[in-house]
Amino acid sequence: MRIKVDVDLCTGCETCISSCPYDAIEMKDDKAFINEYCQLCRNCLNVCPEGAIKEIEGEEPLAVEDLSSYKGVWVFAEQREGRVSDVAFELLGVGRELADQKDTELSAVLFGADSSEAERLIHWGADRVYHCPDSIFDKFNDDPYVDLLTHLIKRYKPEIVLAGATPMGRSFFPRVAARLKTGLTADCTSLKIDPETGHLLQIRPAFGGNIMATILCPRTRPQMATVRPRVMKKGSYDESRKGEIIEIDAENLRCRTRVLETVKEESETTCNLQEADVIVSGGRGLGGPEGFRMLEELAKLLGGAVGASRAAVDEGWIPYSHQVGQTGKTVCPRLYIACGISGAVQHLVGMQSSDVIIAINKNEDAPIFGVANYAIVGDVKEIVPLLIRKLKEVKGQ
Amino acid sequence: MKIVVCIKQVPDTAEVRINPETNTLVRDGVPSIINPYDLHALEAALQIKEKIGGTVTAITMGPPQAEDALREAIAMGVDDAVLLTDRAFAGSDTWATAYTLARAVSRIGYDLILCGKQAIDGDTAQVGPEMAEFLDIPHIAYVKAIDDINDRVIRVKRMMEEGYDVVEADLPVLLTVVKEINEPRLPSLKGKMRAKKAEIRRLGFKDLETDEHLVGLQGSPTQVKNIFAPEMKKDRKVLKGTPEEVVEQLITVLKEMKCL
Ligand SMILES: Cc1cc2nc3c(=O)[nH]c(=O)nc-3n(C[C@H](O)[C@H](O)[C@H](O)COP(=O)(O)OP(=O)(O)OC[C@H]3O[C@@H](n4cnc5c(N)ncnc54)[C@H](O)[C@@H]3O)c2cc1C
Ligand SMILES: Nc1ncnc2c1ncn2[C@@H]1O[C@H](COP(=O)(O)O)[C@@H](O)[C@H]1O
Repeated sequence: MRIKVDVDLCTGCETCISSCPYDAIEMKDDKAFINEYCQLCRNCLNVCPEGAIKEIEGEEPLAVEDLSSYKGVWVFAEQREGRVSDVAFELLGVGRELADQKDTELSAVLFGADSSEAERLIHWGADRVYHCPDSIFDKFNDDPYVDLLTHLIKRYKPEIVLAGATPMGRSFFPRVAARLKTGLTADCTSLKIDPETGHLLQIRPAFGGNIMATILCPRTRPQMATVRPRVMKKGSYDESRKGEIIEIDAENLRCRTRVLETVKEESETTCNLQEADVIVSGGRGLGGPEGFRMLEELAKLLGGAVGASRAAVDEGWIPYSHQVGQTGKTVCPRLYIACGISGAVQHLVGMQSSDVIIAINKNEDAPIFGVANYAIVGDVKEIVPLLIRKLKEVKGQ
Repeated sequence: MKIVVCIKQVPDTAEVRINPETNTLVRDGVPSIINPYDLHALEAALQIKEKIGGTVTAITMGPPQAEDALREAIAMGVDDAVLLTDRAFAGSDTWATAYTLARAVSRIGYDLILCGKQAIDGDTAQVGPEMAEFLDIPHIAYVKAIDDINDRVIRVKRMMEEGYDVVEADLPVLLTVVKEINEPRLPSLKGKMRAKKAEIRRLGFKDLETDEHLVGLQGSPTQVKNIFAPEMKKDRKVLKGTPEEVVEQLITVLKEMKCL
């Protein structure tokens, strides 16, 4: 173990110098430097206002237990009204990859629903399903979810546990992490195993999508992360895949909240957008609401749905339910056609994992071209009507 | 009714940029604001106080300059403000932040705790539920309306993926709120005057009577390994020519993708 100054963060404020009982910190080139007198007392660690003084390697484990006793990858499979949500199958996709890399097993945890749903999780890649079919899970209350998942994790000690970054996952998963005294990384867009250390590399956007950060949870287990729906690809479905279902009893579960009523408000368009294979999306470059009429026609010809940038929504050209991006929907269609969208990071985080992206923009430097597979530098008001005409010809309309 | 609102001072992320050469955040000149969701939490607290009486305390954990955020909260109308600041808290992740806030809040006392849905710098939405866990009280996340509240019970609308749930809980409880819940008020002139003079209570590591392994960097299970600029696609193809030619090429792409 060593203590080091991160010179990029150090502002040369000298606050740390007086904190050291051993006079082991000196200034070199206007940055703090820790010399050989350092006794590793750690006193300086918390002193730096910039957090520039860091421990390197072999930190004291937060957990008393041996980390290597934790094995296997778990996916929390959320269900609503007895149906497992798609995000669970997406998590099984990435979970399978992680488990294979670690040469370990992939398990799913299902609370509520019946055993046919547990079977489906096996077909989608799980080796094992821990299933508690109790009716206490019919409605979503945090307490029983937290109690039972924490109990199972303590008992079976998985190394990695993933959940969807849905209203449900984001509500109860943090409590599980808090109770287990382990780390949780929200909204990951990519998960990998570090080939050197075996730790989970959890990659997520931060600061409104302006940067990406890699987060580690090196000292405690399990390593927990949430992933937004539609960011990961589903794994492969295999009807013949066999696995084990372990039935779990619901015992001693508390429940301090009461769901009195569940109200559905889904509009057709929202639901279309996230299910759609093709999305035709428009931004301020469309110039007005009539631009969206044009996109609706194009979307219809392609069997797709219409999306929008926030700027277009803010202009009032199309309702909020169509908004794609950080504060809108995350989508992952086979084809995303961006028309007159500049490609601000907040928009990109919501659509960049689409399989194929076509961008039409009259500014050749627009950042949207940075994520596009096919770039068209041109006027949407020219290209799109022409495309609609051609498509009609091809389809013989 | 004793209401505590947790607010965080954050950089206005709309203005944060990354320096692509150094892969570091450029925060120069970026203004600090109260996390927008926390303004809605403050407003909700003030409305409850106006309806059934009580006191509202705003608390923040952060560097000394986070005091500005508290003065702003006082200007909006909160009764009391607490600044939780200590070098020992530096480098906290959500676990350590929630733990530290929970220790402080239990010293202050509460019937109801309000947080924003998430902070716009980290966007984690974890601190609220984690705090509730440390305090061993229930929480309800993503609250978009408070339907009813009295000294004993609260009933709210909680946003879910396909609509909302009506949820009830006995106090004490912690809520995290979304923007739909209300329209935050602007500070009044009188409030601003009061904010200037108001005394802000400070709490540090020693006041919390806890273990240093549970706060700051040491108490943080997660670590940021590195940060980098979002990647660009490399296999990009530019479709060139007259609009007619471009559209022809597009049709070919769509046919290849079996979109027709
Ligand atoms: C906290 C926060 C959250 C946000 N969340 C989201 C979000 O969820 N989703 C989102 O989309 N944005 C979001 N934004 C806003 C985002 O930063 C951008 O402002 C927004 O995406 C811009 O929309 P736009 O590309 O349509 O408009 P502009 O940036 O104005 O771009 C219009 C583009 O159209 C091009 N153009 C103009 N005329 C034509 C023409 N005739 N033919 C072809 N091209 C043309 C222009 O060259 C330009 O590139 C968020 C911002 C913040 C601060
Ligand atoms: N340092 C802090 N001080 C006070 N409240 C905080 C702090 N960090 C987070 N919160 C509260 O927790 C909510 C969620 O934050 P986060 O989990 O960081 O997204 C915020 O909206 C605040 O209400």
